Amino acid sequence: MQIFTTLTAVAAALPVANIDTDKILSGEHLKTIGRHGLGTKLFSMLRYDERGDERPDFVLNRDPWRSAGILISLENFGCGSSREHAPWALADFGLRCIIAPSFADIFYANCFKNGILPVVLARRVVDALMLDASDGRRARMHIDLPAQTITRWNGEQIEFDIAPDRKQALLFGRDEIAETLEKAAAISCWEQVASLIAVDIPVDIGAYP
Amino acid sequence: MTHTDYPRTLFQKIWDRHVVAPADGDNVVLYIDRHLVNEVTSPQAFEGLRIAGRTVRRPGATIAVADHNVPTTDRDRPIADSDSRAQVATLERNVAEFGVPYVPLLSRAQGIVHVIGPDLGLTLPGLTIVCGDSHTSTHGAFGALAFGIGTSEVEHVLATQTLIQRPAKNMLVKVAGKLPNGVTAKDLILAIVGRIGTAGANGHVIEYAGEAIDALDMAGRMTVCNMSIEAGARAGMIAPDEVTFAYLNGRPMVPHGAAFERAKAEWLALRSDEGASYDHQIDIDAADVEPMVTWGTSPEAVTSVRGRVPDPTALGPDARRQVERALDYMGLLPGSSLKGLPIDVVFIGSCTNSRIEDLRSAAQIVRGRQVAGAVRALVVPGSGQVKAQAEAEGLDRIFKAAGFEWREPGCSMCLGMNPDRLRPGERCASTSNRNFEGRQGPGGRTHLMSPAMAAAAALFGHIVDVRELP
Ligand code: SF4
Repeated sequence: MQIFTTLTAVAAALPVANIDTDKILSGEHLKTIGRHGLGTKLFSMLRYDERGDERPDFVLNRDPWRSAGILISLENFGCGSSREHAPWALADFGLRCIIAPSFADIFYANCFKNGILPVVLARRVVDALMLDASDGRRARMHIDLPAQTITRWNGEQIEFDIAPDRKQALLFGRDEIAETLEKAAAISCWEQVASLIAVDIPVDIGAYP
Repeated sequence: MTHTDYPRTLFQKIWDRHVVAPADGDNVVLYIDRHLVNEVTSPQAFEGLRIAGRTVRRPGATIAVADHNVPTTDRDRPIADSDSRAQVATLERNVAEFGVPYVPLLSRAQGIVHVIGPDLGLTLPGLTIVCGDSHTSTHGAFGALAFGIGTSEVEHVLATQTLIQRPAKNMLVKVAGKLPNGVTAKDLILAIVGRIGTAGANGHVIEYAGEAIDALDMAGRMTVCNMSIEAGARAGMIAPDEVTFAYLNGRPMVPHGAAFERAKAEWLALRSDEGASYDHQIDIDAADVEPMVTWGTSPEAVTSVRGRVPDPTALGPDARRQVERALDYMGLLPGSSLKGLPIDVVFIGSCTNSRIEDLRSAAQIVRGRQVAGAVRALVVPGSGQVKAQAEAEGLDRIFKAAGFEWREPGCSMCLGMNPDRLRPGERCASTSNRNFEGRQGPGGRTHLMSPAMAAAAALFGHIVDVRELP
């Protein structure tokens, strides 16, 4: 897993609430068996016209936001599906930090598994950062995860909250599966004590009913 | 098992029962009883196992099926789209390699994963059930704790049969009274999503209770729990009762005979204790609910079929921009009425509304009538079992005689990963759960509604109030 410590990058503003996972990566692009290469499909409905050409007015099609590393958006970012393809596409494009007043639960959790830092800030702070991001000369920001701060173009620092375990996971990366497998004895013990109402599914279940 | 002396919610009981060990912070290692796997969100998870040299810890707790990509016609021929074909082939290779139970495409049990779980009796009260799909919340209708997960978590469950989770908050949605005639579970959940908003239940598990919930059949309860995710909830759940037990009894994977009676005794304890506390409570009066139709590009953009599209000029700047954008996309005029709005396509299907009860309710409207002129109308049963049952009841003949297409089971036009898609600008009366821009195909315009309402729209070629049918 990619780790996250600090990031200095251009921020792009997407001032729309309820950006859903279909908008981030539409259904037609889910037919992949890999994790990579989805960056060109990110926001495809907003980014490209019917012929597949770039829409010049979409923020990520303009300089300097074409190389944005931070995305600032509004409430309930990432609502909809559980597809991890959404954070894969964001990361593949190069967006490593998303700032919004709120996130949808599954999307929020998925970010941490993919080296993306989702930052929740009050709406008025998000609005201020969005103004910065809309001005090419002020759009570059510095994110410091250990210090939990965002530094604006004028040097002003904004603090953000993050759960300690999630911060650790981003800072050091972690193999959660390996950690859980260390608890295999506890898992086996649970299985032995649990009632067996959920019996094993036969491998030929497809032959039912 | 945790013993407590304070009153607990249904969610807390299932949660406590499944805690294997504490993890860091508020997190716990939570045991997962059933893991449903589809072709879209699992390839990278199996690949992860392969790279790390890991195995599936408990294949017998896992079941895989292809549903999103599958064509709904010509099942005996190879899948035409090469990417879809590759995804299904990859699933087949993975289940064979890792020994995971699999329901093949040509099996009668095949269907949308959230339909076949209950069909086969895999979904039981008190279980923890996960799937790499947000509408896993559907299974909560049986008093299970069921929620969607990302692909990294799919890999974690495959390898360990557990998840690292932090507890959710509890929300009670209490629906008093009776739903009026012509008003269904779909209308109820659309009204709830409209009331609390698509982020209204973020961080919460919703428990539905009250007279109107008790009165729902299992299909209706599944419809309600299914769309909990459209209110931002992690899961939805309903305490099991005699309706649940009657549905379960006799299904292939449900305990039989004396074992069923023993299980039932355990299941009866699966209800929130008197005095259990919720972080939020929403009260709804069922008598106020009407047939609902979405007008916008978010499930919360919904109103009664007698209602009108909002006028953005009357709103604050944020809402105004959003509504303007939605109306522009949907090709609707501010303040226009929903009734009478012409539609091009009707889709009856999806994990929200493709069960036998849904098809019966649509067929009852359609019987002896004809689909209007240019309307393209599809019925896509949720599973092979639903399809066979419908055919045994003659529902397929009713639909076909009226001019509906009768398809093979799958997700189909719910998200258009297969060839069933809207063309740009087409307007669809759909029984699915999401009306996001492009959800049913780029440029497509979705109006969510109940199966009865969608069937009625097919007959008239425009949106009608099902209560006013002759
Ligand atoms: S029917 Fe639609 S919502 Fe349900 S699982 Fe399939 S794609 Fe998802």
